[in-house]
Amino acid sequence: MSAAALETRGLCKSFGALTVADDIDFRLEAGARHALIGPNGAGKTTFVNMLTGALRPSSGRILLGGEDVTAVRQAARVKRGLGRTFQINQLFRQLSVLDNVALGVAERLGVAIRMWKPASAHAEVRNESLALLESLGLAEDAERRVLDLPYGKQRLVEIAIALGLEPKVLLLDEPAAGVPSVESHRILEVLDRLPAHISILIIEHDMDLVFRFARRITVLASGAVLMEGTPQQVAQDERVRAVYLGEKKHA
Amino acid sequence: MSAHAGGYGAVPRIRWIEGLPFVLALAAFFLLPEYLSLGARILIYILYALSLDLILGYAGIITLGHSAYFGAGAYVAGILGARLGVTDPLVQLVAAAAAGGLLGIATGAIILRTRALTLLMLTLAITSVCLEIANKATPITGGADGLSGVVVAPILGLFRFDLFGKTAFLYCLVALLLAWWGARRLIYSPFGASLAGLRENAARMHAIGAPVYWRLVLVYTISTTLAGVAGALITQTNQFVGLNVLGFEAGGELLVMLVLGGVGRLYGAFVGPLVYLVAQDFLAKQFPEYWYLGIGAMLIVVVMFARGGILGIVDAVVRRLRRRA
Repeated sequence: MSAAALETRGLCKSFGALTVADDIDFRLEAGARHALIGPNGAGKTTFVNMLTGALRPSSGRILLGGEDVTAVRQAARVKRGLGRTFQINQLFRQLSVLDNVALGVAERLGVAIRMWKPASAHAEVRNESLALLESLGLAEDAERRVLDLPYGKQRLVEIAIALGLEPKVLLLDEPAAGVPSVESHRILEVLDRLPAHISILIIEHDMDLVFRFARRITVLASGAVLMEGTPQQVAQDERVRAVYLGEKKHA
Repeated sequence: MSAHAGGYGAVPRIRWIEGLPFVLALAAFFLLPEYLSLGARILIYILYALSLDLILGYAGIITLGHSAYFGAGAYVAGILGARLGVTDPLVQLVAAAAAGGLLGIATGAIILRTRALTLLMLTLAITSVCLEIANKATPITGGADGLSGVVVAPILGLFRFDLFGKTAFLYCLVALLLAWWGARRLIYSPFGASLAGLRENAARMHAIGAPVYWRLVLVYTISTTLAGVAGALITQTNQFVGLNVLGFEAGGELLVMLVLGGVGRLYGAFVGPLVYLVAQDFLAKQFPEYWYLGIGAMLIVVVMFARGGILGIVDAVVRRLRRRA
């Protein structure tokens, strides 16, 4: 069996007596379109933060492309091909859309530390960033400040920054969160056109989006994997229904 | 427009108006010979404010303790010239730069793991400790009396520091010109763009694979090196060092100058010290007891009505005029 793009073995995290990740075994296959769903408080964000290295697991292992990265820092994991977007925008708000993407591209190309030649003279960074923006339909907004963009476009910038890192594995944390439905089709279009070689794990609440996009779904509840299967299997599973119906009853 | 933010879309070409500070300085050199010592002081503080702007305005590192590095540079130059017989000004300058840089890397490596208020407190602590050391190490630093009789030989063996401060003024001007050129290149470089990233969103910088901590330490060290150079210049032009170069009052005064001029726009560091030190000189002569009141009033007006400092006001006025035209 070839190595998974991303894998966790017995991943646990507790804050004092509170266990937020309970022995999670997870495999993201190469080229996957995989969704992680679960009710609020299921531990999805904690799980993602452990995958990226923002949070240290209490125990267990994380493997990226078959290599153990449990002790590897966040920035070094990015260099090994792990990219992410954020549920709540984490953008360089005062900077232009171009700079938002170019900063990441420059890090990947190793020119971010250069101090002499002007940034705008680094054509390799500029051209690549502009081409990426073009492909996402953001070319016209390249010179605008991010904070002047409508929210839907800001969400696209979130994705653009991550793509600029040329990730092998991309973690999308609720890419359509907060986007009005009239604009969310743009995000879906972009997701559909993502290169097939990128292995994608999407965390999402919007079930329409999940069932359209994902070919495999993992359901998380109370920090543990409840089940994993195809969208069809998940849709028909009694336990999944119970978890979601249970949540609705409280809401 | 005149906010020099850098980045991958910015045009780095130097515009003619950016030569204005240096033209004005030369004009002052010929037209205001009796103000040359004030002039040199202004040039030094511009260089010093420029060093602060790199970390505060561009990288977003908040500090009240920048005087630690200025003071380190000032005392190293002073001790070399007054105690150790090392009188060559350029050697003193390089040694002071190294002192600022080394102290910067040593302290930065510790404090830059923290953020916001904790960081601010630590910067205060550092400069306060430095002040106490300078105060207590009397045999070396002269303590509260300061260190007088700092000997500074002619520059390159050719240009003597004269009584009228002509050499000192031009020496400071050349130093500022070089520092400005370097800082400007830095701001417009990819490294400068990444500083804006650190200021805007450190969490995202981690997520795009930037070594956030090391980059902060690097820019901090560059900045403290420059502050050390400014410190050496103040010692060499006065041929004296006193405790007033250290401590958080000195650090706070510098911050006030930069805020007054405008933070994170390169030339705020030019305008702030000029206005502050000229106002201080003028007000101290007119109202020797109340001169700080005038400075305070200026600061209140700027902070309340013009967040971009004096240059921010200039920007707003120019924009309005252009719209009307």
